[in-house]
Parts: sequence; structure tokens; C-alpha cells
Amino acid sequence: MTAHRSSRTSASALYDIPGPRARARHVGYGVATALALAALVAWVLHLLVDMGQFSSVKWRPFLYEGIQELLLRGLGNTLKAFALAAVLSLALGAVLAAGRLSEHAPVRWVSTLLVEFFRAMPVLVMIFFIFVALEVQPLPALVAGLTLYNGSVLAEVFRTGVTSVDRGQREAAYALGLRKTQVMVHVLVPQAVRAMLPTIISQLVVALKDTSLGFLITYQEFLHAGRLIAVNMDYTMPFIPVVIVVSAIYIGMCMLLSWFATWVARRERRSVKTEAVAVAPPEAGSTMPGAPGVR
Amino acid sequence: MNVLTDNFSLYGEGFLGTIRLTVYSSLLALALGVLMAAFRVAPVGALRSVGTVWVTVLRNTPLTLLFFAMLLGLPRFGVALPFELFAVLALGCYTSSFICEAVRSGINTVPVGQGEAARSLGMNFGQTLGAVVLPQAFRTVIPPIGSTLIALAKNSAIAGSFSVTELLSTYKTLNENGYSVLWSFLWIALGYLILTLAISALFHAMERRWGVAR
Repeated sequence: MTAHRSSRTSASALYDIPGPRARARHVGYGVATALALAALVAWVLHLLVDMGQFSSVKWRPFLYEGIQELLLRGLGNTLKAFALAAVLSLALGAVLAAGRLSEHAPVRWVSTLLVEFFRAMPVLVMIFFIFVALEVQPLPALVAGLTLYNGSVLAEVFRTGVTSVDRGQREAAYALGLRKTQVMVHVLVPQAVRAMLPTIISQLVVALKDTSLGFLITYQEFLHAGRLIAVNMDYTMPFIPVVIVVSAIYIGMCMLLSWFATWVARRERRSVKTEAVAVAPPEAGSTMPGAPGVR
Repeated sequence: MNVLTDNFSLYGEGFLGTIRLTVYSSLLALALGVLMAAFRVAPVGALRSVGTVWVTVLRNTPLTLLFFAMLLGLPRFGVALPFELFAVLALGCYTSSFICEAVRSGINTVPVGQGEAARSLGMNFGQTLGAVVLPQAFRTVIPPIGSTLIALAKNSAIAGSFSVTELLSTYKTLNENGYSVLWSFLWIALGYLILTLAISALFHAMERRWGVAR
């Protein structure tokens, strides 16, 4: 109970360092919370056991090779959509960011319009539009929708990164006689990417989470595979086991990527290379789809 | 063009459904989010862990998975509630984790002296947070909360695929009645644009009225 004394000043500014009586009271609150949570968990478990969701017959399907293959194929499809969407949206983001930073006003206007429009639309509306109106296959529809949306968000991330690089860097590069493309490629972008890498990875978490939207347009991804098993009479409809397995894997993947983003951010903040120049502080962005990654 | 005039009631119903979803889930998300933020800075370790787990798990859960588990799962266990309520629960819980992070970083922007002064007046944790720190934090978190709620409005489109009446799902009926897909989607897009611009305008007004830069 003494750990919170030092670590975060602003948090511990909210309460006095607990004395013996306060500490005893806090232990009491802690025990009460733990008991309440344990009771809740026990009640849910009891309910599920009563429904027979933990009977071996509901879990046996996961031992079947066909089921394992179905799940793995679904996971593979999810990762395929994610990889395609990630690569394409990074490319689109680079193009749109270059457009928004262009010296030619019409290029700038068009890119700004595209970025603002695709960021304002719900990603699902775009996916449905591509799927229904343009009548393409589920995978290209999903990847195109994710690319348009995440590409626009990443364009803003890249642009913020480039504009946050200390202007002395740009001026020095021009003074050395570099052309504007060379200044961008050799001086500004490397420093911008270094500062923006955590935010970029956080945006990729959004893309990974949003691949599950493919479920709604009948793309045969992970959730789709889970549903096939969950509604199958032959396997006695093991809904809860499927939800447990699928969400553990999904949340695990997203958490790994999120942790990677915070790890990169911490590492970059400590790095001497970022201390030398004024760049935006590396910070993991929000993983809320639709919320801007940059604050 | 006549897609809108012919189906005004259908569009209106969908639009109202989306607004209802957005408003109710926003209220739930704000309440839960502030509560969890308070948990995360509380002096009791167990409460801090509850807040951390809540945020970490929900932030890394795909919203579709949450809808899948709640709307297809709970009815099987005899929890017979209207689908709209399930959708509000899923959206509200999911968004609350992002609200919590926004509020917590807002709490961190309030100068340490404020909390210390409150404590030196003899205020306890609840009083310090509720009467001194949160009102000041509120002023800095208006913009991030605004963008989170805009995202919530856009995410509410997922509910349409789980048989909840909302704007995006109107395209199915229009499609069956043989209306042009392009035009029906245009009006749907416009509806979402109106909603998100309205939220954005509201938060801009709040920001002008109460906001401070720190």
C-alpha cells in the first residue's frame, strides 16, 4: 500500500500519505472491492455452469482438427486483411500527407478535402458503400474501406510529425543546397517518423480492431469462423466457449500491438537522438476508431 | 433525388435511432468514464487495478466483438432486453474506456498546487477530486471528449447490423424497394455528417465558454 507515495506526483497530490488508520481503512476498502468482484465473478460462473457452458461437450469441438483449421483460417483471413490494410493505408497516408504539404495550392486543396471527408465518414458506411454499391468482394471492400479511413488519419499524423520538426532543420538543409524533395526525404521525414512511430502503431491497432467489421459484410474472418461454430447444432451451440476463445485471441493481439506502441514511445523518449532536436514528444495515440490519433 | 422525399419517414426513423443511441451511450460512457478515472487515481490499490483492467481490456476489444458477445450472447441466457439497450450498453462501456483516459490526462494537467491546497484545507480524496480537481480538469478535457463522442456517433453504425434501428441500416429497405444505392448512401452520409458536425459545434461552443489552455 505504500507504492503510490512516490511514483505519480499528480495522483498522490489528491490525497495525503495514509497514516496507520487510513491505511487500515484502505485495506478494508480493498478487501470489500475484491469480495464484491469475486462475488460477481462467482455469480456469472455459477450461471454459466448451470447452463452447462463449461461441460466438456461444449468444449470438445476445439479438439477437432476441422474446427481448429476453421478458426486458424479465420485468423489468417483477419491477419491478411490487416496486413493489406496496414501497408496500403501507410502508402495512402504518405501520399495524402505529401499532398497536404505540397507547394501547389490545388494539390493541397484536393488532399485536404479527401482527408477531411474520409475522416468524417463512419468507416462502416464506406465499407458498406463499397460492398453494396460497387459490388466488390468482401475482402477488397473491407481493405479499401479501412485503407481510406486509416490512410486519412495517418496522413494527418505524418503531417503533424513533419511540421513539428524544428524549422532550423529545414533551413539548414536548404542552406546546404538540397532540393525540396531531398529535404523532405533525407531530413524531415526520418525525424518525423521517429517522433510519430508510437502514434502510427496505435493507429494500426485501430485498423486491426476494425478488421472485425468484415464480419458484418460476410468476410470469412475470425469472428465469422467463431459464429459458424457457435450456432452449430452438432456441437451443441457452444456460444460462451467460442466467445472466450475468440475474445482472448483478439484482445491479446491488440494488447500486444498497443504495448509495442507504448514501449516504442518510452524508448524514443529516452533516446539521445530525439533529445538533440525539438520534435513532438513520442506518445502512443488513442486506439478509438474515429478519434484523431494526434492531440 | 426523390429517394429522400419518398422515404422521409424511414430516414427520419433511422436518424432518430442513431441520435437516441448516441445520446444514451454518451451519457453512460461519460458516467462510467469519470467513475473509472476516479478509480484510477484513487488511494485504494484494488480500485486502481479495477480501473486499469477495465481500460486496458475494453480499449483493446474490437467493438464488433463486444456487440457479437452482448447482442447474440445475452439473449440466449434469458436476459430479454430490447436490442437497443444492449447496443447502448456495448457502445457505452466501450467508449467509457476512452473517456476515462481523456479525463485522467485532464486530471494530470491540473497543477499539483491545487490538490495540495485542497488537502491542506482538510479535504479528503473525494472532496479534493470532486470539488477542486475535476471541475478544473473538465475545462481542459472538452476537446478530447468531443472527438471521442464524435467517434461514438460514427461507431453506432455497427448497431444497425445487429437489428437495431439506426441510420445505416435504412439502406437495406431502400435497396429492396429498388431505389438507387448511390443516392440512398449519399443521404445516409449526409445524416452522419449533420450529426458529427452538430456534436463538433456543441463542443466548440463549450470550449469557447469554459475551455482553458494549459
